[in-house]
Amino acid sequence: MTRKKTYVADIDRTIYDQRNPFSFSFKTDKGLTEEIVREISRQKSEPAWMLEFRLKSLEVYHELDLPPWGPDLTELDVENIVTYVKPNVERKLSWDDIPTDIKQTFDLLGIPKAEHEFLAGVGAQYDSEVVYHSIRDSVAAQGVVYLDMETALHEYEDLVREHFMRLVPPSDHKFAALHGAVWSGGSFVYVPAGVHVEIPLQSYFRSNAPGAGQFEHTLIIAEPGSYLHFIEGCSAPRYSVNNLHAGCVELFVREGSTLRYSTIENWSRNMFNLNTKRALVDKDGAIEWISGSFGSKVSMLYPMSILRGERARAEFIGVSFAGAGQTLDTGAKVVHAAPYTTSNINSKSISKGGGKAIYRGLVKITERAKHAKSTVDCESLILDNDSVSDTIPIIQVDTDEVDLGHEAKIGRISEEAIYYLMSRGIDEEEAKAMIVRGFVEPISKELPLEYAVEMNRLVQLELEGTIG
Amino acid sequence: MANPLLRIENLQVEIDGKRILNGLDLEVGLGEVHVLMGPNGAGKSTLANVLMGHPSYEVVGGRIEFRGEDVTEMAPHERARLGLFLSFQYPQEIPGITLADFLRTAKGSGEGEQPGLLEFHKLLQEKMSVLEMDAKYAERYLNHGFSGGEKKKSEILQMLILNPILAVLDETDSGLDIDAVQVVAKGVKGFHNPENSLLIITHHQSLLEHIAADCVHFLVEGRIVESGGKELLAHVEESGFAAYR
Repeated sequence: MTRKKTYVADIDRTIYDQRNPFSFSFKTDKGLTEEIVREISRQKSEPAWMLEFRLKSLEVYHELDLPPWGPDLTELDVENIVTYVKPNVERKLSWDDIPTDIKQTFDLLGIPKAEHEFLAGVGAQYDSEVVYHSIRDSVAAQGVVYLDMETALHEYEDLVREHFMRLVPPSDHKFAALHGAVWSGGSFVYVPAGVHVEIPLQSYFRSNAPGAGQFEHTLIIAEPGSYLHFIEGCSAPRYSVNNLHAGCVELFVREGSTLRYSTIENWSRNMFNLNTKRALVDKDGAIEWISGSFGSKVSMLYPMSILRGERARAEFIGVSFAGAGQTLDTGAKVVHAAPYTTSNINSKSISKGGGKAIYRGLVKITERAKHAKSTVDCESLILDNDSVSDTIPIIQVDTDEVDLGHEAKIGRISEEAIYYLMSRGIDEEEAKAMIVRGFVEPISKELPLEYAVEMNRLVQLELEGTIG
Repeated sequence: MANPLLRIENLQVEIDGKRILNGLDLEVGLGEVHVLMGPNGAGKSTLANVLMGHPSYEVVGGRIEFRGEDVTEMAPHERARLGLFLSFQYPQEIPGITLADFLRTAKGSGEGEQPGLLEFHKLLQEKMSVLEMDAKYAERYLNHGFSGGEKKKSEILQMLILNPILAVLDETDSGLDIDAVQVVAKGVKGFHNPENSLLIITHHQSLLEHIAADCVHFLVEGRIVESGGKELLAHVEESGFAAYR
């Protein structure tokens, strides 16, 4: 009961903005050339097929145009982005071996503490490479594999080759192609059949270098009858130059397994966050997306669930907060491709100080998906007259016998509700904060306590307008 | 009265340019129970909300003094912290914030320090049992999905927890069945003592069967047109307010 008050008082605004001196052992030149792509692959001593894959992706990248819809990306100049920054450290198995400034950053973000207290494993990426990776012995003993992508590419080459960018092919869109060409870092998880990982795994992606891109790749395979909760965290300090994040997440949810994928993204305001996430769900499987999108200059993020097996299920609950100068264009996509599949989308957005929060979503029900059921619920809260909110839900139905529900609600924060709380002695700022916290509560209650705390803290920081 | 708890002088109030209160005078002394009655549209709820500081109402003349301070321009939370309370006719629903969390925060803002968790929950459970509220309501979202009667009980619960010096009850007895009126009356009676005052706005007399009024006022067309003792209640019962229009 008390937590809401206590952590609000504990805010340390410097945490996310801690900027370390820019040091590296290798970085590519700005921009994107075949030479750069070859150099990244060489640095990683990759198998030949991966280099080929990268080069093909690069070709696709040059062929594709920017998406003709959505937020304005003209300010994003990939020619000025450094695509690969290798931090000054090799991958470590102990925090003690990590250089002090990098370790301190992760300490401030609470990663080692969380690892110690309630995670089954941790991956920590700094700029382009994973600097730390661990898994609890007990979880490893169940046969669970949790590795950085580079190591996985060498140790589980066949599995990676079979799945890598199969769900999100480079031809999907320009930034998927870019990702295919210059990807680096990320996590690989393999959960064997029937294994329930009782406590979550977490990967944290920290982007420190100014004017750089982060292109981590996350690949998770949850074999039949397994369970996993994977948590992804992201942040970056603020710079005056634009940074780019074009990560890719591919999730294979096999028959009867459940994967919960929770994200709290908290980017600085110079970040173009163009992330692609997709899950393929087999019979009786379930994907549960929990998504908190904070910060960034522009975010385009629409996790997609492809329900290809009977009775497969997708849940999406997301919250996004757009402050001054920000456009958060987020939502969810679901493709129902089998009978009796169900999806539930519950999206909440908050806009403030001239920010734009847009829900953009797709529910596609194919001819095969008889008796599919889908509900979409979008709610937007606008905190002042300068801010904008919009809802663009697209629903395509190619069969009868479906059960569809859609509800969208856009509203300003209620003056009457503020007055009501104030009449009980609560000041205006706290009254507004309470209403906003209440608004996002359905999402924060789905998160493990520590992340709920972090999310509420981010909401509070955004309300105060203190994040750079 | 030399030093009334509440003194309203020549209060003139508009909303959206429309005059609602038209030179209203009213004094409430410490320890007293006042009843305000009047026909629909007379300005009773307006008065309640102006006392609490509702931002939509504009005070265009006169003043409100509470505990010797001019509160006419004061923000609602400052008035609350001075000891003023309004039981709303139509309480707001606030999803996502539990009744317990909200009340503990509210109590903390009034007293400058948040009450201890255990101590607070003990207090909350005690007051909820007075009002015959299910303990589960503490963990429900504030008024969210509450029935009309539950909302009114929630208002009285808040009053009991925050323990104000002047409580304005705006039609707290409307929409309640007989049993609920009795429970609410029990709560109000238990609250009232010589150190606090009540201003009860009502259409009915059911609540007044349980709580003895010291003064009765008739509000008609934005003015107090008659003040007196309990005997006025019988008068209203018989002939309404037609004579005052």
